[in-house]
Amino acid sequence: MAGMGKSIRFNSLVLGLFALITASLLAGTYLGTKDRIAEAQREVAKRALLEIVPLHRHTNDLLLDTVPIPANFWHTLGLEDEGGAVHIARQGDEPVAAIVPAVAPDGYNGDIHLIVGINIDGTLAGVRVVSHHETPGLGDKVDLKKSDWILGFDGKSLDNPKPPQWKVKKDGGAFDQFTGATITPRAVVKQVYKTLKYYHEDRERLLKAARQKPTVTHEASEDTDNG
Amino acid sequence: MADIRSRDIAHNGLWKNNPALVQLLGLCPLLAVTGSVVNALGLGLATILVLAGSNTVVSMIRNHVSEAVKIPAFVMIIATFTTCTELLMQAFTYELYTILGIFIPLIVTNCMILGRAEAFASKNPVALSLFDGLMMGCGFGAVLLLIGAIREILGSGTLFANMHLLFGPIAEGWTLNLFGEGYGFLIAVLPPGAFLVAGMLIALKNIIDDRIEKRRAARRAPVATGSKRVRTTGAIS
Repeated sequence: MAGMGKSIRFNSLVLGLFALITASLLAGTYLGTKDRIAEAQREVAKRALLEIVPLHRHTNDLLLDTVPIPANFWHTLGLEDEGGAVHIARQGDEPVAAIVPAVAPDGYNGDIHLIVGINIDGTLAGVRVVSHHETPGLGDKVDLKKSDWILGFDGKSLDNPKPPQWKVKKDGGAFDQFTGATITPRAVVKQVYKTLKYYHEDRERLLKAARQKPTVTHEASEDTDNG
Repeated sequence: MADIRSRDIAHNGLWKNNPALVQLLGLCPLLAVTGSVVNALGLGLATILVLAGSNTVVSMIRNHVSEAVKIPAFVMIIATFTTCTELLMQAFTYELYTILGIFIPLIVTNCMILGRAEAFASKNPVALSLFDGLMMGCGFGAVLLLIGAIREILGSGTLFANMHLLFGPIAEGWTLNLFGEGYGFLIAVLPPGAFLVAGMLIALKNIIDDRIEKRRAARRAPVATGSKRVRTTGAIS
């Protein structure tokens, strides 16, 4: 009996020691890579934002210049519980565009995460798919890497085309679908339209909040166009 | 002696007992991420790293852990290596990490890794265990890479697309466009394509093994010309 107690004690001790060693190893790796990971995530997020509002159109740091989205709009944007923030692009102190995160919940394989860039006058600056699980070769053409379909949104607005035309062609609208895939583009078109509507409703508040905030500029080296 | 031993280990891992083609271990990542060379290579390298690392550490502690707590200790080691690999991939190849997604943390459940720890590393010295981990990992990685290359060529008509996700900007121009723009063969990119390609590779390996075996048998006992063979299939006309 005493022998068994001893062996249990010994085994627990060994396992405990193990847990300690592995945990400290993990902590070490985590601390060593933490900054780089954050940096990599920032880079990816920034690249997507810059594609929509390129450097020559703004002078602030898109990533840091944000206005939170009020909770009553989360549902419209498909953000559900996690919420989100609108990135503001400015030329000097004046806002020129807003980049709104949105999720199209009804893709063929679940959520399609989008960012929708809207110029101050309500026209679309650009739309990008950030992540999706659509069928390779069919639905994944919403991704700019696969086809330039998504560029078809550039310059469109709430009344161009007229609201009943904000559908894919198969449903009588103005936007192309892909051969073999209607569900994916349908979901994206629907969500972009909803996002434009959100902007229309929240525009005044957004701009006011943006104007009250101090401008966050990014490193001066990147801007040479202040003629 | 040691040379012969390590040659056996290499032969075992790369060919005779290849984890992907013979033991059929780790099929889930094998089939799920082999849509392109870069994905296959990413997961292959991560698996090699975890397998070699866990084999080494398991071998180091093999005499200090009792039978009763052996498995939990191994699992802890494997989980640590997997999580470290995951963090490193996030830090250095973030986009590839997001593409491979859940399959990186799932390396921990790849039965091949616990299998090697238990069957080999817990009974063998450190150097041999490390070598075994490397060889088993390479055998697995090579099959991943082969399936990835075949599926990428058949499915998207390219080879080495997006390699910059792993190798940085120098690899931007590595993409080979084999069949021109707009080519696509959907089934090769989808999961059934993975099963088909994997099945064909297994068949191919068996054919090669058969040939080798036959040649060896022929060398041992040359068949007399005109000897009768028994026909077991087909109709005799």
